[in-house]
Parts: sequence; structure tokens; C-alpha cells
Amino acid sequence: MKNRNVLGLIFSNMHDDVISDLTKERTMGSVLFGGRYRLIDFPLSSMVNSGIEEVGVITKSNYQSLLDHLGSGREWDLARKRGGLHLLPPFSHVASGMYRGRLEALYGVWDFIKASDADYVLLSDCDVVSNMDYDKVIDYHVSTGADITCVYANDVLTVEQAQRSTIFGINDDGRVVDVLLSPHISGTCNVSLNTFVLNKEFMKNIVLEAASRSLFSFEMNILQGRTHEYKIMAYMHDEYFSRITSMDTYYKSNMALLDSENRKKLFVENRPVYTKVRDNPPVKFGIGSNVRNSLIGDGCVIEGTVENCILFRGVRIAKGASVKNSIIMQDAVIGAKCDINYVITDKRVNVSAQRMLTGSANYPLFLGKGAVI
Amino acid sequence: MYTKKECVAMLLAGGQGSRLYALTQDMAKPAVPYGGKYRIIDFPLSNCVNSGIDTVGVLTQYQPLVLHDYIGNGQPWDLDKLHGGVHALPPFQTALGAQWYKGTANAIYQNISFADRYNPDYVAILSGDHIYKMDYNQMLEFHKEKNADCTIAVIDVPKEEASRFGIMTADENGMITEFAEKPKEPKSTLASMGIYIFTWSKLKKYLIDNENDENASKDFGKNIIPDMLGNNEVMVAYPFEGYWKDVGTLDSLWEANMDLLNPNIPIDLYDPDWKMYSRNPIKPPQYIGADAVIENSMVTDGCIVNGTVDFSILFEGVEIEAGAVVTDSIIMPGSVIKAGAVVQYAIVGENCTVGENANIGIRPEDCENRDDWGIAVVGHNISISANANVSPKQIVSENM
Repeated sequence: MKNRNVLGLIFSNMHDDVISDLTKERTMGSVLFGGRYRLIDFPLSSMVNSGIEEVGVITKSNYQSLLDHLGSGREWDLARKRGGLHLLPPFSHVASGMYRGRLEALYGVWDFIKASDADYVLLSDCDVVSNMDYDKVIDYHVSTGADITCVYANDVLTVEQAQRSTIFGINDDGRVVDVLLSPHISGTCNVSLNTFVLNKEFMKNIVLEAASRSLFSFEMNILQGRTHEYKIMAYMHDEYFSRITSMDTYYKSNMALLDSENRKKLFVENRPVYTKVRDNPPVKFGIGSNVRNSLIGDGCVIEGTVENCILFRGVRIAKGASVKNSIIMQDAVIGAKCDINYVITDKRVNVSAQRMLTGSANYPLFLGKGAVI
Repeated sequence: MYTKKECVAMLLAGGQGSRLYALTQDMAKPAVPYGGKYRIIDFPLSNCVNSGIDTVGVLTQYQPLVLHDYIGNGQPWDLDKLHGGVHALPPFQTALGAQWYKGTANAIYQNISFADRYNPDYVAILSGDHIYKMDYNQMLEFHKEKNADCTIAVIDVPKEEASRFGIMTADENGMITEFAEKPKEPKSTLASMGIYIFTWSKLKKYLIDNENDENASKDFGKNIIPDMLGNNEVMVAYPFEGYWKDVGTLDSLWEANMDLLNPNIPIDLYDPDWKMYSRNPIKPPQYIGADAVIENSMVTDGCIVNGTVDFSILFEGVEIEAGAVVTDSIIMPGSVIKAGAVVQYAIVGENCTVGENANIGIRPEDCENRDDWGIAVVGHNISISANANVSPKQIVSENM
């Protein structure tokens, strides 16, 4: 562990709109993922595993589920006297209290940042599922003497995905020389993973200056507006990640975990992904259960057929039911002899016996929280 | 300044559990894994919390490392309290010298000052070797209602098994008139469950008297209960109906696990009103492979199943490789069953590796002489090499 003071800041509400069905009653950070997690677990665990012991979570709206999930931060070992987890709901000495962009959000929590004795600040959103070694990113930031380091990955994007991305042009020295916001392009791109490192002093200058000039977007006003003025370096993340830009990529990112190679890269032995404990009993497989190629959270009781599915904690699948290619979130009850294919159900959905629900691979059917079918 | 507690629990967890052989070589019996994601001690601890008892002393002595580590600050059971909470109480040194706990009564005697700090009216004495769900608060109400000095939880056992237990004879009001520890010819079928509630002032007196009697064996069943009965103290039997199982032997540990898979046996871990708490593993969800076959089983987070699993219990992080077959068995945390291995009627301890095509145990119907049949056991942290055979009844405590 290096003797280096880093403050982690997580933006829990950025990108809420890309999966609006799932963020209707929650933040992006509290969207359920991978059978037992919430999206915020990934950056938060990465921070903890990278030795970051002080983390602020910036929220905007719909954050009740997020507060409930994070609690005191104990499950991430962040219930600390020194540092630890701090929840930062909107706080209004900025005019409206509702920030319009990253810079304004940072200005809103400036007192918190100022009080930290960190030398560096690492910013992350909740749209990337990865087990990232932030230590390497900070090393790179320090060794290059950058003002800002942007984490990116080389990825093949569709036009739809690119329109929900920030794309970097990078020169041979690894310096960001061009920044495209939501461009109309497709193909292989250097896509931003919305993870940045800044020196705290530098950050202070840009945040306070931005506030005085009413600038609110970090991407637009700083990365794009001052590409050549500041030393903005790009750090390539060449390990496993998936990025959630739509319901389609949300579905695919979940399903990617059925591949054991992907699981090995995301769930690394000495870098565990932490999440809230629910004290569920083990999964019970009943007589006549038939389960294949599925990821299953604790507390499920399965008496039917389950194939190519992600089942979250506490799901019940009754006798004779068949659930395939679906994501079933926690505490759902799927009745006897149901036939379910390509469906995403939010929490506590109840499907009565013998219902048939079918979506398709590129457009899974979505059932909202608490729906009773 | 200590807040007064009406009732404090003292949990006897220092026993060796010698009849679990290799499984308790490096850990006390209450730390032995049970039921897929629990350890035996989770049951009395969860019962305490669910019953509203928030102050628990856990008396430890034999191999306490795993147990102390597991209990930690008590947070998983909500027992990390400002006032009360769970406290591990190993033997300690005093100005007069150091002593081991010489018996169940002596262990409590040596910790009188722990209980006294909370100035309790009652003390519940519990043990860490049974699987059951019980509301101690109801028992306490019963104790108060009867104006008892001592209430003993009893369960009706089959007549032929009665001589294995402490047997009570009680009158129509539940007053205990006779008590016999493991009688050859039992006069009733009311067996003591090893769960007592005492009026603390009364118990304290008997503990001190017992300690001063050099010939006494410092044991509840042998001394305290008979002594109190002899002095006509008010002693009542609290009848318990429900699942209760001693897990003191390899066979009973195996059976108690298998009971979880039997829908006709009333031990429900899925009851939201009586949650069983445990230290949860930090593992990804379990993955059941494309060619896996799994039925009638309980499996926990972190498991990877690519083989066949039937009537079995897999603890966290167990891996069953493709082509391996596990039936009627218990595989404890972190163990790997390699391809082609067959595990039947067996208990495999924590962090073991069972090599390719190895055979552990057999089905009773495949055993030529039924007297030779029994559960096969592999202790903790053991490697079984490829193609090796572990016979029924065999207990493996070294790599083979």
C-alpha cells in the first residue's frame, strides 16, 4: 500500500436516463446487477481494493434506495473514524441545489472536498462494470505529471452507443488531443469510462473558476474546452469491463457473466466485490428442478426450469415454471407452469401461475418494480 | 456504568466435540459449518437476538481461534452493542492463579462477574451443539409465570433413546420431581435440551456452593440441577415442540444437514420472521453450468457447479467440476471436487481437494456388509489424490 492520500468521489446519478425504466425509483448507482450487486458496488469496491479509504457519494435525486444500500458503508469496510463513506445529497448554496453537471456538483460538495487532506481526487460514475485497479491509474497520473487523467478503453461502438459516449482522440504520447461528446460515429473508439484523476489543488482551481463563470460541464467546459490548455492524459483500461448505455447493453452486460472467463476477470480472488449483506439462506433446489447456465443469488428457491438466467437474491420459481434468457430481480415470485423468455423483471414482481411472457434477445420485455401479472 | 439487563445468556462453547473427530481437530464444535452457510453457533446466537436477548457471553476454551474470529464483534447477529452484545469469554488468569474451565458449572462460576455487570434478574444457559429455533423469551415468560428458580427446556424423545439424555419426571403442573442424568431405565421420555433459565441470585448461590465442594464435578447436569432439586427449589419443565437436534456425532451432523432437504421435517431456514444470521461470505453468486444436473440440494454463494449434485449441501465457494458426482453429501466451504470424482454419503471438510476420479464413500445399498457402512469423512484442508478411495466410515485426517 502506497502512502498516498486519495479521495474517491462517485457520481451516483450520472446516466440515469440511459436505463430510465430501471432508474424510475432509484439512482444509476443503485440499479441491480449480476445476481446480488448494485452498480455502485463496482467502483466502490475497486476504490476500497485500491486502498482508497475516504469516499464521497454524490447524489441528486431518487437516492433513497442508494442510502438504504450503502448504510454506514460497513460492508465495504468504510464505516471509519478516519475517512470512510460520506453520502453527499444535493446541498444548496449553488442556486437551485440541483446540479446541472459534474462541475456544478463538485462545487456543491466543495466544502467536503476541501476538508479532505487528500492530494488526489478520483472521480467515477456508476455506468461501468469492472474490477479496476485504480492504484495503477493514480501511478500513471503521478508519473506523467498530468493535470487530469482520463480512463478510457478501446471498444467497438454502434452509433447508438457512441451517442451516449465521450470519445477521445489521443496522440502518441498518450495525451488527449480531441474530445467528442455524443458523436454520430461508429466503429473502434477510445471511449471514456467516466473515471478521472485530478490533483486536488488543480481541481480546486477549475471548480471554483467554473462556478464563477457559470460553467457546469466537466466534459464540455474542461476536457473539450481546454484540451490544449491543460495536460490531459489518457490511461487505457485493458482489462474486463462492460458499459451500460441502454436497456440492451444492460441486458448483455448481465448475460456476459454467464461466461466463466468474464466472471474470472470481474470476480478476482484478492479483489472481492462487496455488497450489502441480506442474510439469505442458501439456494434450495427442489425435486424436479432443472437449472442450467445460470447465475443465482442466495435465498432463491427453485422448483422449476431455469436456463441462461440471472436470478437475484430471494427469487422463487415454482414447480413446472420455465424461465429462460431472463434477468429476475430480487424477491420475485414466478408461479407454477409459467413460461418466461427474454424478460427483465424489477424487484418483487409476482407472476401468477401459467402466464406466458416473451420478449426478444434485442428487446427484452421489462416488468416494473412490484408488478403483479 | 452498565445498563441493567433482565436476562443475560451464557453460551457454553468450549467443548471439544471429540466425537466429530477430524472436523473438530482445529476448531471448537460450535464453529463447525452447518446448513450451507452457517456454523452451529449461529443457531443459539440468532435465537438470542430473535428472542430479544442482546447480551451473550460465549464461553470458549477448546481451539477458540476459528470461533473467536467468526464471532468477531458480533455485528452479523446485530450483537455489536453499546450496552451488552456478544463477548467471547475464554479462561483467564487471576491474582490467585489460572484455571481452565473444569466443567459447565465452573465455567459459569468463573464468569459470575461478567453476568453481574448487567445486574440481570435471570440468566439463560445455552449450549453450542444443537440445531433448533426457539423463542427464549417465551421460556422466560413461562419461568416468571411459574415463579421458578430454574426452568429446563424439555423435549419428548422416543423411549428407546431416552437413556442418552438427562431425563426429567414432572408432575401435572410441570414441576420437576426427579432428574436422572442418562438413566439406564428412564422413568419418562422428557429429555433435557441443555437449555436452562435460572433466577440469577439463586444460581449464583449454587455455583458458589458447588465450587466450594471439592468433590463435585462442577457440572450442571451432575451437580447444580440435582442440588437444587434436593433443596426443593422451584424447578419447572418447559415443553418444547419443534425441531431440535444434537449434532455431536458425525452421523447426527450428517443427518441434521440432510433434514434441511426433507420438506417433511420442520426446520425452515426461509422463515422471514425467524431469520438465521451468519457471517455472510463475500463471494459472487453461484453459477450452475450448462451441463450441470442439480436437484434436492442447497447451494451457497460462490459455488460453481458443472457436475451432478443430488441430495447434498454445498457451502460457499465449493466447486464441482464437470463429470463429478456428489450425492447425499456435505461439502464444506472452499472445497473442490475434481472431474470424475464420486462423493456419496460423505462429509468433506473446509478447503479440501478431492482428486480426479477419486471415490469417497458409498451408498448403503452398495455395501456388502451393512455393518461396514457409515458416513465417510474428510477433515479440513486435506488433499485426496486422484483415483484414491475413501471407504465408508473412514475418517481422513491427513492428505492421501
